[in-house]
Amino acid sequence: MSAAIPKEVVSQPVGDARGFDWKWIVIGACVAFTVYIAVIPLGFLFWQSFRTPQTAAVDSVFTVANYATAYGSSDTWRLFWTSMQFASGTALFAFVLGTALAWMNERTNTPFKSVFFALAVIPLIIPGILFTVAWILLASPQIGIINLVMQNWLGLEEPPFDIYSLRGMIWVDGLHYSPMAFLLMSAAFRAMDPSLEESATMSGANIFQVARRVTLRLTWPAIVATILILFVRAIESFEVPALLGLPAGIEVFTSAIYQAVHRYPSQVGLASAYAVALLLITTGGVYWVSKLSGRGSQYATMTGKGFRPRQIDLGGWRWVTAAIFVVYFLLIVVLPFAVLLWSSFQRFYAVPSMEALQNLTLDSYRFILDYPNLTRTIWNSVVLAVSTATIVMLVTSVICWIVVKTSIPGRWLLDGMASLPIVFPGLVLGLAIMVFYLNVDIGVYGTIWIMLIAYVTRFMPYGLRYTTTSMVQIHKELEESAAMSGASWGTTFRRIILPLLKPGLLAGWIYVMIVSIRELSTSILLYSPDTQVMSIVIWELWENGQYVELSALGVLFIIALFVLVLIAQWLGRKYGVKE
Amino acid sequence: MLTVDGLFTEYASAGGDTVKAAQDVSFTVDEGQLFTLLGPSGCGKTTTLRSIAGLERPRQGSITVNDRVVYSSSAGVFVSPNQRGFGMVFQSYAIWPHMNVFQNAAFPLEVGGRRYSRQEIRDNVMQVLTAVQLDQLADRNATTLSGGQQQRLALARALVMKPALLLLDEPLSNLDAKLREKMRFELKRLQRELKITTVYVTHDQGEALALSHEIAVMHEGRIQQIGSPRDIYERPATRFVADFVGSSNFIDGTVTGAAATPDGCVVVRTEIGDVTVRSLQSLVADERVGVSVRPEDVELTEDRPAGGNVWEGRVDQKVFLGEAVEFQVKVGARTLLSRRHPTLRTKIGDAIFVQLDPEKCVVLKVA
Ligand SMILES: Nc1ncnc2c1ncn2[C@@H]1O[C@H](COP(=O)(O)OP(=O)(O)O)[C@@H](O)[C@H]1O
Ligand SMILES: [Mg+2]
Repeated sequence: MSAAIPKEVVSQPVGDARGFDWKWIVIGACVAFTVYIAVIPLGFLFWQSFRTPQTAAVDSVFTVANYATAYGSSDTWRLFWTSMQFASGTALFAFVLGTALAWMNERTNTPFKSVFFALAVIPLIIPGILFTVAWILLASPQIGIINLVMQNWLGLEEPPFDIYSLRGMIWVDGLHYSPMAFLLMSAAFRAMDPSLEESATMSGANIFQVARRVTLRLTWPAIVATILILFVRAIESFEVPALLGLPAGIEVFTSAIYQAVHRYPSQVGLASAYAVALLLITTGGVYWVSKLSGRGSQYATMTGKGFRPRQIDLGGWRWVTAAIFVVYFLLIVVLPFAVLLWSSFQRFYAVPSMEALQNLTLDSYRFILDYPNLTRTIWNSVVLAVSTATIVMLVTSVICWIVVKTSIPGRWLLDGMASLPIVFPGLVLGLAIMVFYLNVDIGVYGTIWIMLIAYVTRFMPYGLRYTTTSMVQIHKELEESAAMSGASWGTTFRRIILPLLKPGLLAGWIYVMIVSIRELSTSILLYSPDTQVMSIVIWELWENGQYVELSALGVLFIIALFVLVLIAQWLGRKYGVKE
Repeated sequence: MLTVDGLFTEYASAGGDTVKAAQDVSFTVDEGQLFTLLGPSGCGKTTTLRSIAGLERPRQGSITVNDRVVYSSSAGVFVSPNQRGFGMVFQSYAIWPHMNVFQNAAFPLEVGGRRYSRQEIRDNVMQVLTAVQLDQLADRNATTLSGGQQQRLALARALVMKPALLLLDEPLSNLDAKLREKMRFELKRLQRELKITTVYVTHDQGEALALSHEIAVMHEGRIQQIGSPRDIYERPATRFVADFVGSSNFIDGTVTGAAATPDGCVVVRTEIGDVTVRSLQSLVADERVGVSVRPEDVELTEDRPAGGNVWEGRVDQKVFLGEAVEFQVKVGARTLLSRRHPTLRTKIGDAIFVQLDPEKCVVLKVA
């Protein structure tokens, strides 16, 4: 029978089989990598939550005591309740602030708003720990400048603000996440076809009817998703609860996990039990967000072409909205940076006064530049950031190509696994990785490799989002026409796909690099004296009470990050990144 | 009745200078008439329409509907769009995806100044949905409608409050060709039946000629000519209008002799020779003009015809279009386009005679 088959037909399957094998090797490697990096630490975290603490004397055994301790006591319910209050408060505050700013920016004729939009990214480069420290210097009851000024001016007995309180925590973390709310809600406002609102106006509806019956209803999925994302972010956040909450005895899940690990003997099992609860909350949040964005895109298909955003004429009120922008920018960038700058020129921290002005010194900068291992620390930070960004973008572009451009069964699973780390709070991921490499000794614990693994895991979902966005935009026909021109698959990838993908890859690379260099909550459980990074040094200076030295380092760090972003933007514009 | 007088609408562009989108736009639409703004993309049609709607605030001018002034720069009047009571169909249709068909159409009755009872709303909505043949789909989710159905729903929503004026912005441009033809007739039938004063915006000359009582051709923010479809097509006022509405042969030349002959004919000296044209405009000797002739008015015969305005040419190209054949005929150095019945089968390269009817030659003054 085979003799009857013409030669070309026989040779066909051979070629196919070779392509087939090659694909499966790459896919196998990707699956193995994502499973290893995302799923296994999670498994170990669960396992650890059922173990007793291991010491030199006793081996670890199975137990449910961790859960009993964690969930049996009323303390835990208080912890849960405080976490919820903190996270919801932060999410709502950031949302209201960000949405109001986004609305003013997208839908009104506020003057100079394009300048504002350009400045809106600056807060994103200020690391959370520096932002928190700056606000302590601004609003702590003892040394907070704002408090002292207000007391002086208004003759108050008591300082008006206490940053070491739940409200203070919500204020600082909410401000810190408000740029994120601003960007998300700006995107939601932009994505909506304004003629949907205009046709309601033409139907006779007034401003409130349009807002209630059309605008709000249509942006509802985006609103809920934004609040949920902010909630997840807030419940994961570590800097603010640790620096502002712990001194006042206000504990949330993240600070409780940190405390459990740092107790003696270390209560890793208990920390894991807390972590599992935290993970359940974040997973629930992320799940709802993904469901909602599915609903959002169903609405998005209804929008037409020819957007022309109409701006509401605010009349004289537009100077009020401009003033709000200015005040916001003061609160979020100028004041925090100014207070760090002031403190960095002092010998001992002192509130601004004529006397303090006489004592300006560069000592703290000298101290920082002589800091033992400073070069090493910078080197660690830079190497980690660059390698994380590079590995993440390379791996995610392959994963993304498989997910978007092939029809291999089970590819959604790959996508799901690579996105899985998004539910890990930084501290929980650090804990999981720590537990895993303590138990599986392959010689990475305490080295820079464990940090690299942690960073890559943590930021893979971000990279994936960037590559997916640009990959879906590459229309299939662009590849097909290259193939019709006679290009092989390799040539098509190199000459068509990669150049089209490049702006997206570059933007993702820049983003991952910046978030890596700011990373604190994962590193804090994994670093060793040899593998310190910048944010850890800041943390240690804070623990030692070296505020002026911390400020000097913070000022240098922010300036360096700012320059880095400028260079990245310049490079980006040169290579066609549209953001 | 709608009167637009001396309307100027401008935008501040990103660079800081102004985009002069509508400049000195004036026209009148009589009760029950369909008036079309026709022009290429970017000429300011949508801007003019949105200014009438109140969605843009003009810089200067006045807009009056049935003796009610809705905008006047001199009197300082600006009625907000939701108080104007106009129906509008957007290019994207702007169907609200979170409401079903009935709810979409009922919305204007629910939010307007006048209160309607539940029963009144039901009756009015079903009546208008029946008119656009969507009554069967009243409970359907709006997201599941096809393009044509969305278009009809948008129309129903605009009509349900019995508007004083109906504004349509390229309502057919998002439909495919076959459906567009069909909807064109439906729209015309509906407008003629309801006798509703309508302003229609399109860049499609076929649509404009088929639907309108009157057409205004716009170019770079200004109205070039206002007239009946037949006027616009047969007597274009400018070269732009002649070129944009249908296609045309333009032959440049100068007027010879002093006055016109008693029958109103003038001889224009052109590159293909002397062309006799009939002109209603007063022309002076040596004035530079253009002569515009539609391809269907360029007569071709294989034998020399009787009468004047005849040239001998050669067939250069032929395109078979089904119901017609397009000939490109070389007369001297000049190529003329002619559309003939397919029964004319002259071969490429053969000699052919070209004759122009002076009545069909339109003289355009060179600006
Ligand atoms: N919101 C706007 N801001 C700035 N320029 C605009 C805006 N809307 C329209 N334009 C400009 O005004 C001119 C006329 O636009 P438009 O009225 O939409 O034209 P048409 O509907 O005829 O295609 C164009 O040059 C367009 O770019
Ligand atoms: Mg338009």
